[in-house]
Amino acid sequence: MTALAVEALTAGYDRSTVLSGIDLSVPTGGALGLLGRNGVGKSTLVMTLMGLVSPTSGRVLLDGRDVAGLRPDLIARAGVAIVPQGRRIWASLSVAETLALATRGHGRRWTVDTVLDLLPRLRERLGQQAGQLSGGEQQMLAIARALLTDPALLLLDEPSDGLAPAIVDQISQLLTTLRGEGVTLLLVEQDLHLAFAVCDRIAVMEKGRIVHEVTTAEFRADRATAHRLLGVA
Amino acid sequence: MTGWVAANLISVLNGLAIGALLFVLAVGLSLVFGMMDVLNLAHGALFVVGAYVAAALTGGSASWGAFLGALGLAAVIGLLAGGLLSVMTEPLRRRSHLDQALLTLGVALIVAELLQILFGDDPLAVPAPPGLDGSTSIFGAAYPTYRLVLIGVGAVLAVGVWLLVERTTLGALVRATVADRDMVAAIGVDNRRVKITVFALGSLLATVAGVLGGPVYGASVGLDSTVLILALVVVVIGGLGSVRGALVGALVIGQIESLGRALLPDLASFVLFGALALVLVVRPRGLFGGRSGATA
Repeated sequence: MTALAVEALTAGYDRSTVLSGIDLSVPTGGALGLLGRNGVGKSTLVMTLMGLVSPTSGRVLLDGRDVAGLRPDLIARAGVAIVPQGRRIWASLSVAETLALATRGHGRRWTVDTVLDLLPRLRERLGQQAGQLSGGEQQMLAIARALLTDPALLLLDEPSDGLAPAIVDQISQLLTTLRGEGVTLLLVEQDLHLAFAVCDRIAVMEKGRIVHEVTTAEFRADRATAHRLLGVA
Repeated sequence: MTGWVAANLISVLNGLAIGALLFVLAVGLSLVFGMMDVLNLAHGALFVVGAYVAAALTGGSASWGAFLGALGLAAVIGLLAGGLLSVMTEPLRRRSHLDQALLTLGVALIVAELLQILFGDDPLAVPAPPGLDGSTSIFGAAYPTYRLVLIGVGAVLAVGVWLLVERTTLGALVRATVADRDMVAAIGVDNRRVKITVFALGSLLATVAGVLGGPVYGASVGLDSTVLILALVVVVIGGLGSVRGALVGALVIGQIESLGRALLPDLASFVLFGALALVLVVRPRGLFGGRSGATA
């Protein structure tokens, strides 16, 4: 089964085109790591899949249903959640308020309790304003908020950004656990170690297109290609 | 009491009464602007509609039934008008503030014209309900009882709005929407509904403020632009989307309007807009407007 299939997707802002015909697919329960240099359109792709940027053409199929161009709340209800770049937590809300809001109207696969079991640090911070949390805790909150909408597909945009290695390790373990729970992942990352640890396939973007897609093992074995596409050894 | 306080007590109380009224008027404007980035210049017109509803129902004679009826009718009109304005401004949400301002200013002009056709050019009086139309002695100074009650009603409404925004799920949803409405949509909330709800409640408060302000200001064409400017100053000083900011801004502007005019009669307008300019220069987001959005 294919959880997500993107076909010839184009999108952009005002008159500038950022995505110029994206094709990709992620099987149910799979994890695709999306790599690429800054400014190639990775975040725009994630925002377009969530409905926060309007596509100009193409299809976004969730379990075979085209959701391209739908409002973000309808896409969320179709089973997609986002952990956006920069976390974008609601700083003036407490952790408890954030979790309570995210739970509203969704199923009960993930509850506040089960999410807090997974992210025990947040349990100690329930009464605290989200804006006062550390960067790692804010990232945990952004992940918790996304999980409470019961997603079948979780979009993560650089969850390791600005975090200490120990916290990145925790996120890596958490994402692996989520995969075990059957959640399909699309992970945009600059941290190759995290992408390699979590994802079974790696795709690379350049200038609004997917230019390379292989298994993680194949990507790791082909250093020359990684160096050419990403500028890393 | 010190001599200064005794001499200016009436002005201070007047400032509190004006501040209470301005808070009720401005908090809806602040939340709608802060939450949905919609600039509603018809907000002052809603206030005047409330004032005319009060004038029409009381008919110039004091009656509790007519006054409470006016409050109820104005509340219903406010809810419906807010819902309608929310729907009308929805297509302009991602357009510039100028487009929104032109649309809502057009609505305000149409409402003002209709009121003029219906009620004529002459200002109408709105009597205070029986029992509140006299005066009360405060430290030897006679002060209109209605204005004292207005201060109390404003305080109760301020606490009510604070509790609604700070202590309820709807309030949390409003604060989250002010902070980042895209992320609210991303958890599956149709934020058009949140916008309609807040628009309707904010407009209800504006029309109710019009009724409450009736015995102070009466009902007259042109009052809408006066109160709209004051409300905008309150919102800018207090900070967008902040209930606390709206309250503090309203109390400050109330005192500037009243005490400022008493102490510096020639400079009152300068003090009002000077305070606005000062806040814009020193703290452009307003006293309580945070980068993260709504605060209670």
